[in-house]
Amino acid sequence: MDPVRKRTKDLSKSVDSAHLAPFPDEVLEKVLSLVKSHKDRSSVSLVCKDWYNADRWSRSKIFIGNCYSVSPEIVARRFPNIRSVTLKGKPRFSDFNLVPQNWGADIHSWLVVFAQVYPFLEELRLKRMVVSDESLEFLANSFPGFKVLSLLSCDGFSTDGLKAIATHCKNLTELDIQENGIDDLGGGWLSCFPETFVSLEVLNFASLNSDVTFDALERLVSRCKALRVLKVNKHISLEQIQKLLLRAPQLMEVGTGSFQQELVPRQFAELETAFGSCKNLHTLSGLWEASSVYLPVIYPACANLTYLNLSYATLQSDELSKLLPNCSNLRRLWVLDTVEDKGLEAVGSSCPLLEELRVFPADPFDQDMVHGVTESGFVAVSSGCRKLHYVLYFCRQMTNAAVATIVKNCPDFTHFRLCIMNPGQADYLTNDPMDEAFGAVVKTCTKLQRLAVSGLLTDKTFEYIGKYAKNLETLSVAFAGSSDRGMQSVMEGCPKLRKLEIRDCPFGNEALLSGLDKYESMRSLWMSACNLTMNGCRQLAKNMPRLNVEVIKDEESDDSEADKVYVYRSVVGPRRDAPPFVLTL
Amino acid sequence: MESINIQEEGLNLKATELRLGLPGRDETEKETIFSFKNNKRAAPKSTEDNESEANSDAKHGDHEAAPAAKAQIVGWPPIRSYRKNNFPPKKAEAEFGIYVKVSMDGAPYLRKIDLKVYNGYADLLRALESMFKLSIGYYSEREGYKGSEYAPTYEDKDGDWMLVGDVPWDMFMSSCKRLRIMKGSEARGLGCGV
Repeated sequence: MDPVRKRTKDLSKSVDSAHLAPFPDEVLEKVLSLVKSHKDRSSVSLVCKDWYNADRWSRSKIFIGNCYSVSPEIVARRFPNIRSVTLKGKPRFSDFNLVPQNWGADIHSWLVVFAQVYPFLEELRLKRMVVSDESLEFLANSFPGFKVLSLLSCDGFSTDGLKAIATHCKNLTELDIQENGIDDLGGGWLSCFPETFVSLEVLNFASLNSDVTFDALERLVSRCKALRVLKVNKHISLEQIQKLLLRAPQLMEVGTGSFQQELVPRQFAELETAFGSCKNLHTLSGLWEASSVYLPVIYPACANLTYLNLSYATLQSDELSKLLPNCSNLRRLWVLDTVEDKGLEAVGSSCPLLEELRVFPADPFDQDMVHGVTESGFVAVSSGCRKLHYVLYFCRQMTNAAVATIVKNCPDFTHFRLCIMNPGQADYLTNDPMDEAFGAVVKTCTKLQRLAVSGLLTDKTFEYIGKYAKNLETLSVAFAGSSDRGMQSVMEGCPKLRKLEIRDCPFGNEALLSGLDKYESMRSLWMSACNLTMNGCRQLAKNMPRLNVEVIKDEESDDSEADKVYVYRSVVGPRRDAPPFVLTL
Repeated sequence: MESINIQEEGLNLKATELRLGLPGRDETEKETIFSFKNNKRAAPKSTEDNESEANSDAKHGDHEAAPAAKAQIVGWPPIRSYRKNNFPPKKAEAEFGIYVKVSMDGAPYLRKIDLKVYNGYADLLRALESMFKLSIGYYSEREGYKGSEYAPTYEDKDGDWMLVGDVPWDMFMSSCKRLRIMKGSEARGLGCGV
């Protein structure tokens, strides 16, 4: 089928008995190709030259966590047979508007190289990259076997670019467009899939805001028999989703459109039947503006659900309490804080297998709100859901005691992201800092990989983290700490730290420089609105030539201050596409 | 908390630039205005406060919002733009008064409709006709609803009674406070010169 480039035999090697491979290269390559995880592949390549080469030739998937850590040319030189690329670009805080426009992370230069070297490229998954319509068109026309396009939190393109993909990618199996800063010029792109196109397996356009032609969508769903994931946007009505479900009862993941429509009893019954007919359905999302009146139509599907995303449905506690007893198999649940503590109690009592909970704020900017969730909701979930290991929790009040109870109930946390929305807020019962809360987390949860802290925190929190968080890889800090000592504790501990992002903390040059020995083993460091100066950053850059130390200049700030600093390791030196407001020191 | 107050003092002018109301605007780009320089400058001060607060016995856990409205901090709470821009509307009635009362001369009770569900005037008028079992006819700029038994009118933000159909639909939606279906004989006077 597709020609895989073969390596030419290195004859001198096989003759030299001291280097005789235990078995032929092809066998080694075959064995190694069964090693899937990119971390394991990386380890494999470090064993010896033979294994490095075997990995090189057999690697078909590549993951690049920071697009500026390496160049497309180097990738192309090392790996001749890549079919699948995952690339991440901007620092995570760009999701929260902390990175200016035109910062970089443009995919185009990568695509140009890939078009030359990997004509058989099949998959491209991008996160926080800039993608233009031209790039999408170039992509659609350069890779005849292209199958998977996944864009998460990207920006720079419009629905015109999607038109090109739909028109030209004859073998497309996945189109997943999530939460991008996209110019939505209309839903016509969906109609660009030709009538002969039948290969789609995954279609997610939930976050696009304009109307697609329902007729075209229905026909597309009908003819793509292998479709297993369908997530539509909020313009698709209840009646329409019913028709789609009837066409595709094999669906495993469904994102509905709007759940608000006047339905007559017959339509209600038809919807129930439609949901009931999807025997493979395990993931349900969308449910925009779902109300208690129509939520029961999903009950027939609830018993099999493992992932339910209600984060766009403003459900109240009683509505959730009625729904959840039907969903005893849930592993992942996303909700809005409109469900309040009572709703979370229902979670604790109805979903014993729950592993992941995310509670988003319905009204994050409303300071006067007395609603939302508190520490008791979280405690209730932890006491009923002992397998909980991933939590993202936005709340307006928390106590040290509650967190201690929570981690005692659930010691297996791998991801603990707590956001007390008022910056620097203390334990509301004792007025103490929240140090002991996070101390309990890191002491108890030995498997902790990701931690986001909030509330009033002194250096003590960071001493705990540095001392106990042996497996911590990602740490997010905001409005916390008392002095350089805080950040230093983290830099001196946390042996597995890879990503550190800090904003609005009193950490200065001494703290920055305390991590000199660590940054090369990390993917990146972000520090904004801290106490760094240009001189401190220059010193870091001088001492560590293999790091890129980038300062994003703020027009209003003093020349000596370094308001936003992004430090990352790279094998290609300073990037050449840096905009004028980014200084590489 | 005191630290937050300090940040606020330096932010007054810029703070008024930002919308403090409900989220859901398209121009969240406004939040990228780096007007929080003072926010950063205040940081060293605030840490001293934090420390002294932490050390002193009189820790005041004043985590209520300061009396003045709090300025929004860029990128906080950390919620992705997509989610911020697409917050589901509250279940309570929307602020803009999209639910309006409809009265009809001679009818025993009023009705209430949600203007947002209609695509435009034609849609609205057909709905009213169906709801009240009457016919309204067609709108013309010169003659209003001449020839029909009934004419739809509305009270606008200034309290004036206007003929439905004169202004663009979007403008009508945002200025209409209530509707009244008048008998044609009364409405004739409205047909011109509004």
